Amino acid sequence: MSKTLLIFRREFAGYFATPLATVFLVVFLAISAGMTFFVANFFDRGQADMNAFFLWHPWLYLVLMPAIGMRLWAEERRSGTIELLMTLPVRPWQLVVGKWLAAWAFAGLALALSAPLWITVNYLGSPDNGVILACYIGSWLMAGSFLAISACVSALTKNQVLAFIGAVVAGFVFVMAGFDLVLAAVRPWAPDIVVQAIASMSFIGHFQRITDGVLEVPALVFFISLIVFALWLNVQALDARKAA
Amino acid sequence: MVLVETRALVKRFGAFTAVDGISFKVERGEVVGFLGPNGAGKSTAMRVIAGFLEPTEGSAYVAGHDSQLDPVGARQSLGYLPEGAPAYPDMTVGAFLEFVAAMRGLSKPTTRERLGELIERIDLAEVWGRRIEALSKGYKRRVGIAQALVHDPDVLILDEPTDGLDPNQKHEMRELIRTLAPNKAIVVSTHILEEVEAICTRAIIIARGKLMADATPAEILARAPPRDPAIQQLVRTTPLEDAFRHITLESAGS
Ligand SMILES: Nc1ncnc2c1ncn2[C@@H]1O[C@H](COP(=O)(O)OP(=O)(O)O)[C@@H](O)[C@H]1O
Ligand SMILES: [Mg+2]
Repeated sequence: MSKTLLIFRREFAGYFATPLATVFLVVFLAISAGMTFFVANFFDRGQADMNAFFLWHPWLYLVLMPAIGMRLWAEERRSGTIELLMTLPVRPWQLVVGKWLAAWAFAGLALALSAPLWITVNYLGSPDNGVILACYIGSWLMAGSFLAISACVSALTKNQVLAFIGAVVAGFVFVMAGFDLVLAAVRPWAPDIVVQAIASMSFIGHFQRITDGVLEVPALVFFISLIVFALWLNVQALDARKAA
Repeated sequence: MVLVETRALVKRFGAFTAVDGISFKVERGEVVGFLGPNGAGKSTAMRVIAGFLEPTEGSAYVAGHDSQLDPVGARQSLGYLPEGAPAYPDMTVGAFLEFVAAMRGLSKPTTRERLGELIERIDLAEVWGRRIEALSKGYKRRVGIAQALVHDPDVLILDEPTDGLDPNQKHEMRELIRTLAPNKAIVVSTHILEEVEAICTRAIIIARGKLMADATPAEILARAPPRDPAIQQLVRTTPLEDAFRHITLESAGS
């Protein structure tokens, strides 16, 4: 079996070795349901769609994805198992991809557990299921981006709490990037191209384009490129620690 | 055949030099004791040889492969027990060893055969299905050794394999290392001197990152300073301890 897949399996099983996985899944569902029904007034909107559910995902993931990703490397470094892992006859990228895939699959599982909501919406009306599927794919990719960033930060420290905080801060930058508040602060002194570059990094902007309807290819490309770049950085971070 | 070699190995952490120009060779059939006080740079040197750390200068070779330029080649011939025998606490002993075997590319039948042999040899049958976090220190260390032996490597680098074991367990571990010795090149770090006399064909003494001696235990004994019979010893020391203190304190300039 491929080494990446072996790492994936071990890491994915690791999530279920403690009750933490269950706690996480329950928290994820409780918060997303709570936001859907109470904050976004799912029923009062009188519309058969799941926008109320997806609306909050960038904010939800900002905290929850670092919680999944913080342990990926920090825990290996703290316990010393990183020495085993990094002296096996494998390439660092195989480890990086395997670990990220495990976290991403776990996020996917959490997302999949919201299926009853999808069924309910279909029961109440006739939503555009194509749009909902696009939203699920977009949401999962966004989760993957947050996770890739979290994994990368996790490779820099052996302290899970620091890894968590670092990942939240980094994710926050990407979430806030599209807000007028941020752009207004940059606009007076930065050239237009910089302002546009910052705006184009916005998680919320890209995610909204997906939730607004069609499966937007540029938005998907954005998330996928970001994942690839963050994983590449993760490999670099491991290399840098070797030379430290 | 030279299976482990370092050439003028230097490892610095910032301005601090942990390993300072160490060169040595280990041939098949040798058990080399890596000896030195705490903080001497033993673990750091081993980490560089194993390819976990990059050397600042110089190079290390495992079975002829540069552990920096050809890491995968070097690691295929290497069994490495890191300091503290780390292992995944949430895995069972069996699952962990199967994981390591698979990561080393062993086929299912080979894995079964090798693990069957190791269960016997290292006495792991009793804890096979137990989670690693629930193991005693002795068993945990044995799992670490088993992990290093899964692929029957030519080279073994063992960082303090007997640390934290009781006298019986220490004895067993030393016997195991001796039985492995004829077919492999083994480097064992320790700060226990009796261990060197018990299992090593050669001892390398390092202090403050520098190589202070590279000789057989007998030759090192010969470097013990003569005892002054007039001075009563409060704490009895063995001649080897005298030699060790003499050699390592020499470097401290005292
Ligand atoms: N990652 C590191 N960063 C900074 N200093 C380190 C690091 N690893 C080891 N050292 C220092 O290098 C010296 C040698 O450590 P080590 O190789 O663990 O010694 P030994 O194994 O002989 O006890 C110690 O002073 C230790 O503090
Ligand atoms: Mg040490």
